[in-house]
Amino acid sequence: MYSRAYKSAVTIPPLLWVTVFLLVPYAILFCYSFWSVSPLQTIVHNWNLQNYAQLFRNPLYLTVLLRSIRIAGAVTLLALLLGYPLAYYLSFHAAKRKDLLYQLVIIPLWASYLVRGYAWKTILGSDGVLNGFLQYLHVTHRPVEFFLYSPFAVILTLTHIYTPFTFLPIYASLEHVPRNLVEASHDLGASPFSTFLRVILPLSLPGILAGATFAFVLTLGDFLAPLLVGGPSGIMISNIVVSLFGAAYNWPLGAAISFCMLLLVVTLLFATERLEKRFTIS
Amino acid sequence: MSSALTSVPVKSAPSEALLSIRKVEKQFAKRPVLRAISLEVASGEFLTILGESGSGKTTLLRLIAGFEQLDGGEIWMGGERLDEIPAYRRQVNTVFQSYAIFPHLSVFENVAYGLRAKSVPRNEIPGRVTQSLSMVKMSEFTHSAPSRLSGGQQQRVALARALVNRPRVLLLDEPLSALDANLRRQMQIELKSLQREVGITFIFVTHDQEEAMALSDRIALLRAGRLEQVAEPREIYGCPKTAYAAQFIGQTNLLRAEVREGTASAGPIAWPASGPSGPATFSLRPESVRLASNSQPAASGATSRFQGQIKNQTFGGAMDLLEIDCGNSYVIRARVPNPGSLSGQQKFEFNASDAVRVLESSDT
Repeated sequence: MYSRAYKSAVTIPPLLWVTVFLLVPYAILFCYSFWSVSPLQTIVHNWNLQNYAQLFRNPLYLTVLLRSIRIAGAVTLLALLLGYPLAYYLSFHAAKRKDLLYQLVIIPLWASYLVRGYAWKTILGSDGVLNGFLQYLHVTHRPVEFFLYSPFAVILTLTHIYTPFTFLPIYASLEHVPRNLVEASHDLGASPFSTFLRVILPLSLPGILAGATFAFVLTLGDFLAPLLVGGPSGIMISNIVVSLFGAAYNWPLGAAISFCMLLLVVTLLFATERLEKRFTIS
Repeated sequence: MSSALTSVPVKSAPSEALLSIRKVEKQFAKRPVLRAISLEVASGEFLTILGESGSGKTTLLRLIAGFEQLDGGEIWMGGERLDEIPAYRRQVNTVFQSYAIFPHLSVFENVAYGLRAKSVPRNEIPGRVTQSLSMVKMSEFTHSAPSRLSGGQQQRVALARALVNRPRVLLLDEPLSALDANLRRQMQIELKSLQREVGITFIFVTHDQEEAMALSDRIALLRAGRLEQVAEPREIYGCPKTAYAAQFIGQTNLLRAEVREGTASAGPIAWPASGPSGPATFSLRPESVRLASNSQPAASGATSRFQGQIKNQTFGGAMDLLEIDCGNSYVIRARVPNPGSLSGQQKFEFNASDAVRVLESSDT
């Protein structure tokens, strides 16, 4: 048994933290989403649903939201397609190189997000490394513009940034697949491919779900990559929120969008957690 | 498993060898684990690979299953080179020590796994699964999740999952070691009758010599990667080839004796012995030593008598274990039926033929 003092000492600080830095700001945000801005650029506390209505009336917001979801979906898919084979190879076949390869996957995480974003800008730009290389090889004769400032650039950059986040939970779940189950499957006559489909893949589903959730949620809320490499056609929903809270000075509308996003993400997290639990076998 | 325990004649003369292990070598990190193992297993035989942990017994099993690659030698099954085909194409199934039940599949799907993998016609699967589960008395758990089963039940599912494929050889890797003593004895009996029922060759790995003696047609005793002796349980017990075999299988007294002119003498004990003269080791089972009645002299010349001080008497129900100090700290253990409480100097005797000459080591 722990003493009362000990219990409070352990629980109160995190509780305080969550309240002050999470619950209170969200409550304020929630309130803002029902207010409006006067022509004189002041916040008017006249409770109404105008902001939410505008979200659905103005096609711009829905278009950008759908684009954000598409980009997040594409990044998730690519991160899974890159992360899973890598995690599988590391867990089952890398043997002695395992630790080294694992570190190589992790090291980029130590580099600043901005650095990695700018790196892609340098690579994809019209004077960039990629265009220079293509022209040097005479594959193209003038710089290809669509590499940079396009949804493609955003997807590429975010895939690069978030693949390790997808890799890690998948790798962890693969490491937890008992190796004697793989042997049992071979023993019962299943080929390595069939064993993968019927034993390894189902048992790594929780990791896939966790990894996919990471990639999807982190991409959906990203605003730096679109800012750096997205251009007008690569704008995502968070860029709109940033501008509404900044230059456009429409905090109430920004708050409404933020709150919708929050709801979307929380629902998603809740759903995937439920699913993960269903696929996790004790 | 329902069939009664009828006595089936011991397969003393293996008909045609089903499995043939020829000069098999295996190393891990350049350390030899198995050295020149040659072994023939007959069709329908219950062979036990017995050995201490680290003797290489599980490795030998894994080589047959195909989970490890040979470093030398060959394994043949029914005229076909077994070690060159991958594990999933071998007509061999394994019951794993840790059961290795698929946690994401129901009991039914676990048992059906091998049938589906081998593309057995769909309409055949339910019947075979049901039959296999009833054979191990697990019918009522057909649709359970494995996490709901106890260790003993998982063990049965593992057995059904292997047998449903009708393998030519079933490999069992210490399948009973995780069960408690009572369940273990029960499973031993069931396993033995099951093997007779299905007539499949069982290769059973254990470190438990009692289990090996109770179950096997033959025992292959493995020691540090070498076969020490391969024989029927009675033979390996009665005529151990080496001192190690004598000690590992049952209890024994190892008498380090000097043989001269037909008489062996070890410390204060002497008995008639044939064979070449010189130093020799003999194994004398404790139950071969009996109390000599004081009135009668030795029954015949083939009997050896000695006397000693009772050092220790342990009650053991039907038999008591005596430790007898014969002088010069030469201690003999004897297992004597209902001797009553003994103390002081006592006379003992044994038949000279029960002192079995053994090799000090199999390397020589």
